[in-house]
Amino acid sequence: MKELIKKLSESFGPAGCENNVRSLISDEVKKLNFEHYVDTLGSLIVKVGSKGKQRIIIAAHMDEIGLMVTFIDENGFLRFTNIGGVLTSTLPGTKVLFQNGTVGVIGQEKIKEPKELDFSKLYIDIGASNRDEALEKVKIGHTAVFMPAFHQEGNRITSKSLDDRIGCFVLLEVLKRLPSSLPNRLYFVFTVQEEVGLRGAKTASYRLKPDYGLAVDVTRVGDTPEPDFKMVVSLGKGPAVKIKDSSVICHSRVVNLMIETAEKNQIPYQLEVLEQGGTDAGSIHLSREGVPSGVLSVPCRYIHTPAEMVDLEDVENSISLLVELCKTSW
Amino acid sequence: MLIEELSRIPGVSGDETRVRNFIKEKLSAWGIKNETDSMGNLYAFKEGGKKNEEQGIMLVAHMDEVGLMVSSIEKSGHLRFYKVGGIYENTLVAKPVRIGPRDVYGVIGAKAIHLQKKDERKKALEVDKLYIDIGAKNREDAEKVVKIGDYATFYSEAVVSGDLLKGKALDDRAGCAALLEILQRDYPFSFTVVFSVQEEVGLRGARVAAYRLNPRVALVLETTGAADLPGVKEQDYSVSLGLGPALTIRDGSAVAHPRVLDRLISVAEEQKRPYQFRSFMGSFTDAGVISLSQSGVATGVISTPCRYIHSPVSLLNMQDWKHLVEITDSFLRSVHEKGLDV
Repeated sequence: MKELIKKLSESFGPAGCENNVRSLISDEVKKLNFEHYVDTLGSLIVKVGSKGKQRIIIAAHMDEIGLMVTFIDENGFLRFTNIGGVLTSTLPGTKVLFQNGTVGVIGQEKIKEPKELDFSKLYIDIGASNRDEALEKVKIGHTAVFMPAFHQEGNRITSKSLDDRIGCFVLLEVLKRLPSSLPNRLYFVFTVQEEVGLRGAKTASYRLKPDYGLAVDVTRVGDTPEPDFKMVVSLGKGPAVKIKDSSVICHSRVVNLMIETAEKNQIPYQLEVLEQGGTDAGSIHLSREGVPSGVLSVPCRYIHTPAEMVDLEDVENSISLLVELCKTSW
Repeated sequence: MLIEELSRIPGVSGDETRVRNFIKEKLSAWGIKNETDSMGNLYAFKEGGKKNEEQGIMLVAHMDEVGLMVSSIEKSGHLRFYKVGGIYENTLVAKPVRIGPRDVYGVIGAKAIHLQKKDERKKALEVDKLYIDIGAKNREDAEKVVKIGDYATFYSEAVVSGDLLKGKALDDRAGCAALLEILQRDYPFSFTVVFSVQEEVGLRGARVAAYRLNPRVALVLETTGAADLPGVKEQDYSVSLGLGPALTIRDGSAVAHPRVLDRLISVAEEQKRPYQFRSFMGSFTDAGVISLSQSGVATGVISTPCRYIHSPVSLLNMQDWKHLVEITDSFLRSVHEKGLDV
């Protein structure tokens, strides 16, 4: 279990550049002999079961936030912009990794006050001494992610991009544990470009015409000292059943089904209201004529930093809940 | 040149009729089948070779430009206005404009400089401090020639000076002109060209056009802001005039499809044509909605770099534009000959 989470979360996959993650996941899917294909934007679609009335999309996104090189100066320093919601406060002194293995460290120009810190004051140093030397390794448009540094401490793991590789992991584990006969036709979709606007889920759900949608993603928690937002979700208290976030108001039928299924199977769960943030369900529920959708969230601390933290028991309970949901008639 | 003629035509978002009519006339003269949809998008169906059964290629440029709309008429006969699309206040004061279907001439005025308070002089005046003066005696006099809801465009001649072209609305008449150039050539295959509406107010026309055509591949021909100016750090130029057309890797609305982008690069390299990458990753183009249409469309963007974009004195380099036309031409032929696996 831990090995696959490590491999997934350490894999390189900023939004728009998910090919490494996709090959890793499709290798796992091939071992399980499920029919699968890649769509135009790059999402991986896995078909599970061909009988059953309801078509259900279960989505987790492969992409992570990252940085993109916009300019290389004559001394070999790289200027960059963000891909998705990168917090500038997490950057100075942080190491980043490019797809070709080049490692850089983020430096910061002189500033008078912390609020002046924006992307224009930051640069990446890849140890090049001039522009030509830098160009041998990195070009404009190349992307970088936080340096992988997976670690387990007791029941809790920290790594970059658990948002949403932990969701990808949950989906892969569920695929392994599903019985051969299911009441629904399931489409496990590993989506692209979630972090830049829920894009992959939009085109995938148009193609698949689902009756229901379920996104599996991380959510914030409010159980740390003086958190900057009010939130009742805690780490270690089970998967969260989302009620709403800024992209979707979850459909009551899906929310109720999730709660009933958790209670029936004695799986711990928490209810989640997230004031800021969105998930693929935001795209799925507005596809075509509308798709009743919900979100199963894995509680996660320090989202969008190099060290996102989740609890392995929450992960295990998320898998159990999703397996039971797949076995239920919707 | 067509690009100069297109630049002169008024066509603010939502009021693209005159641009469309101009293009339609050309298409009809060249015998190209065309059609207008309910929003006003103009489709040109370029036919050649065997009828292609597959989903095809869609080329897009938007006809609309940023501009103004009359919001009310003061008792004194001065016109108050809204901005349509992204116009910066500091480009407005003291500019001549043309208003409504009759092209009424007016100038954008503001309180005399000696009457402005100290802090008013320091920054650009907001739209609510500005008005259009058409020389009317009073409201009734003004209402004889303009009405609320009339669109206004900058009044600015297209001027060619050496390699430079100055004019209004080069965003995106330069793209429209490039597509008209392409449409005059012979190709042994079919594709569809879309002249879209309402791009500047939210990529609206392209959304329905892409849904309707459901293409396999789309290429957006745009005009993009260049900031290669004294006092600007090189890292903030985004693109520079004279270095060739700009290819988009990503912007605020789309990630260029990797295989479309790679093919644009490879045809440019093969033909030894200059190109550059747009290094500003923000802002939006029609690619944002086209790439997400239906089950997804492999979409790329190629742009003519343009200084002072969205102003009456937009400036572009005609060599960049010519290279954009040729790279687009080679891209089309290459996709036909070698295919494109998307």
